[in-house]
Amino acid sequence: MSSAPDLNLDHVAHLARLTLTAEERAQFAQQLGDVLHHIEQLSKVDVTGIEPTAHAFPIVNVWAEDIPRPGLPVEAALRNAPAQRDHMVAVPKVVD
Amino acid sequence: MSELVFQTITELSGRLATGEISSAELTRTFIARTKSLDQRVHAFNSFDAGDALAQAVASDERRAAGQSRGPLDGIPVGLKDVIAVTGQPLTASSRMLANFVSPYDATVTARLKQAGAVLWGRLNCDEFAMGSSTENSAFGPAANPWDLARVPGGSSGGSAAAVAAGEAVATLGSDTGGSIRQPAALCGVVGLKPTYGLVSRYGLVAFASSLDQIGPMTRTVEDAAIMLGAIAGHDENDSTSYRSQIPDYRAELKRRPGPWRIGLPREYFGEGLDPEIGAAVEQAVAFYRAQGCEVKPVSLPHTPYCLDTYYIIATAEASSNLARFDGVRYGHRSKDAKDAVDLYFKSRSEGFGPEVKRRIILGTYVLSSGYYDAFYLRAQKVRTLIRRDFLKAYEEVDALLTPTSPVPAFKLGEKSDPLALYLCDIYTIGVNLAGLPAISVPCGFTRAGLPIGLQLIGQPFQEADLLALAHVYERAHDWCRRRPAFAAVASSG
Amino acid sequence: MPYEAVIGLEVHVQIKTRSKIFTRVAAGYGQPENTLTDPVVLALPGSLPVMNKAALDAIIKAGLLLGCEIAPVCKWDRKNYFYPDSPKNYQISQYDQPICLGGHVEIELPGPARNVMGEHKRIPLTRIHLEEDVGKLNHFATDSLVDYNRAGTPLMEIVSEPALHTAEEAFAYLTSLRATMIYGGISDCDMEKGQLRCDANISIRPVGAATLGTKVELKNLNSISYVRDGIAHEIKRQLGVLERGGTIVQETRDYDGLTGTSQSLRSKEMAHDYRYFPDPDLMPVQVDEGWKQRLRAECPELPFDKQRRFLEQYQLPYTLTSVLVWDRALADYFEAAVASADTSQAQAVGNWIVNDLLRELGSAKLQLAETKVKPAQLAALVKLVESGTLRTNTAKEVFVEMFASGEAPDAIATRRGLNSAPTDAGELEQWCRDAIAGNPKALAEFNAGKDSAINAFKGPVMKAAKGKADPKLVDATLRRLLATM
Ligand SMILES: [Mg+2]
Ligand SMILES: [Zn+2]
Repeated sequence: MSSAPDLNLDHVAHLARLTLTAEERAQFAQQLGDVLHHIEQLSKVDVTGIEPTAHAFPIVNVWAEDIPRPGLPVEAALRNAPAQRDHMVAVPKVVD
Repeated sequence: MSELVFQTITELSGRLATGEISSAELTRTFIARTKSLDQRVHAFNSFDAGDALAQAVASDERRAAGQSRGPLDGIPVGLKDVIAVTGQPLTASSRMLANFVSPYDATVTARLKQAGAVLWGRLNCDEFAMGSSTENSAFGPAANPWDLARVPGGSSGGSAAAVAAGEAVATLGSDTGGSIRQPAALCGVVGLKPTYGLVSRYGLVAFASSLDQIGPMTRTVEDAAIMLGAIAGHDENDSTSYRSQIPDYRAELKRRPGPWRIGLPREYFGEGLDPEIGAAVEQAVAFYRAQGCEVKPVSLPHTPYCLDTYYIIATAEASSNLARFDGVRYGHRSKDAKDAVDLYFKSRSEGFGPEVKRRIILGTYVLSSGYYDAFYLRAQKVRTLIRRDFLKAYEEVDALLTPTSPVPAFKLGEKSDPLALYLCDIYTIGVNLAGLPAISVPCGFTRAGLPIGLQLIGQPFQEADLLALAHVYERAHDWCRRRPAFAAVASSG
Repeated sequence: MPYEAVIGLEVHVQIKTRSKIFTRVAAGYGQPENTLTDPVVLALPGSLPVMNKAALDAIIKAGLLLGCEIAPVCKWDRKNYFYPDSPKNYQISQYDQPICLGGHVEIELPGPARNVMGEHKRIPLTRIHLEEDVGKLNHFATDSLVDYNRAGTPLMEIVSEPALHTAEEAFAYLTSLRATMIYGGISDCDMEKGQLRCDANISIRPVGAATLGTKVELKNLNSISYVRDGIAHEIKRQLGVLERGGTIVQETRDYDGLTGTSQSLRSKEMAHDYRYFPDPDLMPVQVDEGWKQRLRAECPELPFDKQRRFLEQYQLPYTLTSVLVWDRALADYFEAAVASADTSQAQAVGNWIVNDLLRELGSAKLQLAETKVKPAQLAALVKLVESGTLRTNTAKEVFVEMFASGEAPDAIATRRGLNSAPTDAGELEQWCRDAIAGNPKALAEFNAGKDSAINAFKGPVMKAAKGKADPKLVDATLRRLLATM
């Protein structure tokens, strides 16, 4: 069982805004190592000149006309907010 | 009336039409049964009996006024707990959304309401639809009604188990890499993943946006056709929604008698396939041959790369789709965050389960600076090759036939290694990468009495043909009439 | 060692649409908190984006106005980063395939004197792309409050090449860009409302050096003057650092326009990793010739082009044009008034607008659109003055009354007896005979059939009457006399 040489678990977890426990860290390193090891075989496929597929059935220019429709009443918008004040969502202080 | 809970939409809508039963009676029956059974099956995350009954009463009133809306009017239908219903919980089986109540309807929800269905309960699944066993539910695993010590498959395990256990007439699941078809196979029900874009994703908690599709899970192919007819069709709220005329799928079942040219992808019958499943699928092949179908081997040469391609694309999209769960506007918020940044780390780490975290990390990694080209972009290119394999095969055949799952239902806790679990999806993920429609229909049982599923893969937006092909098989077999022993015992009690 | 500054500007301009960029809830400013939201704006689970056609029209129009190349195909990407004002924790933006490429903003630098045109330059653009705005954070002692009304407002990001060298150039760039966007009806560009926001990347290098120095990003430049002052301050700061033998640190600095100082927000030692990838929820945009043609037809003449035309077509002095052309409505008003008067009276019309009309509007705190004085009425007033019927001082009084009541100038003048008739008819007839006799050339032209030659006699008559002759009576008298000659 390998652990991925390139996977800087702490850095990636930070990007994803996750804090891993020591146990999770050890477990993930091994498990993701296995998965990445498996994924390595993709490098064997010759993809020269192959266009990427972003959509299975691409169409272009899917849009709507600029006609407003009603949104959510403020009570409904904030109904699930863990904390609110003055019709706004409250969060712990934002420090840059 | 115990058999009521195992009847099909077609049968029940007939009884409702004649007035033999009312929707209120039917709904009460399901409520009572679920209350008595579901502690053991755990197919449901929640249900609102009062709300369901109110819908049933409204249906009965419509019928009395001569304004019945068709075959689904008054039929109790369950939704996987990743589909939004106004005023009802929407948890995605995650601690993150344990207290979330949706202020809006998914498009499929609105369409089922329009069809008169009684929206009945929110069904257990793997957290954020990530898994193949429903063991990743934050609220506890669901069980397989055929053997309560085994998993129902996943991620739409609750949707499959509810139909198999007689807790709903039909349900909706979602399928990103096999999450409708695999649990359908493991629970002995019909599961249809429509062509990508046929059914609106608006209101479906996103896992991997370019792969996700909602589809029906039912007792019969005809019921699947009825459900698909109600939910399919263009939606202006989903930019990936396909613009097409929706045929009357149920009526088309009889108009398309075949024979078909059926391809057997060589790569789907190799190592790792349970021999009992292989034998059951062989018998299905023999059946189609006997019907005059031309059956021939075909090759999908990039099949060995499907799993890797899938895990790169699905986790990358998921890592971004799940960024919104941050404890700010809704969802779990950590009690002891000292500032906004800390709030993210703590809320997400507390709110997500291990499989979700693993996939977010993998997806973040494959998109991160310096790795995008090697992983994500390359996977998108291999996806093109995988898609081409299927389209090339369709130059020679009308449909493909494969096993749905390489293994029957396994024991709870048996597959603890993520990679081993990912391998359960090898026959289903190619279909999602190519965006194709596919259906799993019951095709036998193992000696141990576990259901086996047959997968039929159709051509883009040709669900009418696919359903007809499956219907021919189903009519000649009685697999869908079998009941799990547990359910029979439970209903007689 | 002499140094030069190199400045690149990133300007965000909100597009004026009725609904948001990826959902149809209304867009707007100044509404009660969190009343402009829906599942998409709040990024509720299951919500999906749908493009707003009007936002695409607007950015293509902006691109055409600025001479950009419009990409035949562009797509949407997700820019992933966590911040409480960003509901999805990714921003839908355009990464490697922006909709507009290249183009330029024409600027004018201050001239040697107020009445002399300054040097013109073209500042090249890198790109313009479309993206969504974020919500608004309000900071308090122990927490912050989020209002999502602004989230999802269509936003253009206009990125210049690092081709500006002074704070004055940056000021001129923003002035011109802002006017262009307002002209095109793309945005109101009110900086106080955050409709135009500017970040500046500033570095300095020895004059003649080919490579760029370490750049500092300056943020929160929330008025055009602050942009100028902030950049000037930053250039001075960097020069000071180098003079003291220090090195410039790559960082983001926050400029405080009130105190004229800046402070470091964060150093860039840990670069962002935005993990851009194509948004699977949105389809690409394909722009064909027909679409571009339709929008090109809606593109107005730009201020500098209008200025060049006004200078040539109307022979206006530079000072007048530089007031008239920066406000599209004012320039249109001017041209409408000239059309009712005569091209030869264009400068007079311009003077009345710039001096009198703008003054009255200013003291009444009114917009041009609100004035009761129609362009044709202003033209009529100019004609009364030019024909000598009203003297300039009297005309000024008439104008003030016109502005207040919207009444026609001749009606005011007649009612108030301001255009007095000559003392008697015999006197008028004599002045007319003298005028005809004094201009045989015009007489010959008139007799040859050129009716407008009659106007050549009116000036001397008015002059003799000291402006107090009824133009209609003068005209009638001249015609009677001419008919007998
Ligand atoms: Mg930027
Ligand atoms: Zn931007």
